[in-house]
Amino acid sequence: MTTWLTILGMVAVTYSVRLSVIALLGDAALSPAVRCALRYVPPAALSAIVFPAVFMPGSSLDLSPGNTHLVAGAVAAVVAWRARSTVLSIAVGMIALWVLGT
Amino acid sequence: MLSRRAEFWGGVRAQLPILLGTMPFGMIYGIAATNAGLPVEVALGMSLIVFAGSSQFVAAELFAGGTPGAIIVLTTFVVNLRHMLYSASLAPYLRHLGRAWKYLLAFLLTDEAYAVSITHYEANATAPARGTARHWYTLGAGITLWVTWQISTAAGVLLGAQVPPSWGLDFTLALTFIALLVPTLKDRPTVLAALVAGIAALAGRGLPYNLGLIVAVLAGIAAGVGAERAGWAAPCGAPASPAERTP
Repeated sequence: MTTWLTILGMVAVTYSVRLSVIALLGDAALSPAVRCALRYVPPAALSAIVFPAVFMPGSSLDLSPGNTHLVAGAVAAVVAWRARSTVLSIAVGMIALWVLGT
Repeated sequence: MLSRRAEFWGGVRAQLPILLGTMPFGMIYGIAATNAGLPVEVALGMSLIVFAGSSQFVAAELFAGGTPGAIIVLTTFVVNLRHMLYSASLAPYLRHLGRAWKYLLAFLLTDEAYAVSITHYEANATAPARGTARHWYTLGAGITLWVTWQISTAAGVLLGAQVPPSWGLDFTLALTFIALLVPTLKDRPTVLAALVAGIAALAGRGLPYNLGLIVAVLAGIAAGVGAERAGWAAPCGAPASPAERTP
């Protein structure tokens, strides 16, 4: 029961963020300062999830070349940067992880 | 001017290549949620009504760790806050629509549907939005993604226990985010925002309930805004959106 209440809460916050400017506030309501700050949300939110997965695959920081997640992640980043392809980047990163892990 | 049907199918076609990334992503979410011990109906229910991949992954992990619901909701809010940017960006093109259309398209507003829609709208921005069927393009793209997300989540839940953890499939989440992150690094303030958020997330790893994630995102935003104010990049003004330009 509490699980479903939590999920309804997730729906409420997610949907209101998506509705916010389109239907709730109107596009004049957002101040330029807020609009500019929003520009930093995607890089901040994405890297806050990526960094621990890549630099701390166990429970502690691992910057050694033996950290296969770090090496595979770096390879995927280079592919994403040069090829601009999500699919290719994921595929090459997974292959790197498997090759390094064997 | 294209017909409703042509716009709708245009959106569907634009979404097709992106599905190659969405399908494994959805399957891996299904597998991860099952392995985290989430009941099948909860794993599928999140896909049906939350419909936000990255936050579903994070929430599955938090549910498994017994995190209080309020923290899960707050974390979801922070992870999905980037959709406000999409909402702000598409709003000028949808302003003329009725309430039902706005509520429908907002529900379908994901990273992927936004990406193809804004490209399509900006390419056709010379004509006024009113009177065109352009919003059908977003509907086509959004429905395609929603249906694919349900099917791939269900496939992941069914496969669930049969995929050994040694395959490391959960790492595709990090890889997907790396692929989404790289194009957002457009100038020095955005790079700094990513670095500060990333390092703060590492430092905050020990905090209970994954609260380090929320702190890290806020620190990253503050760093980006600070760098911009310090003159690291041209200040972000409020450029008139293409839809507002007079022809």
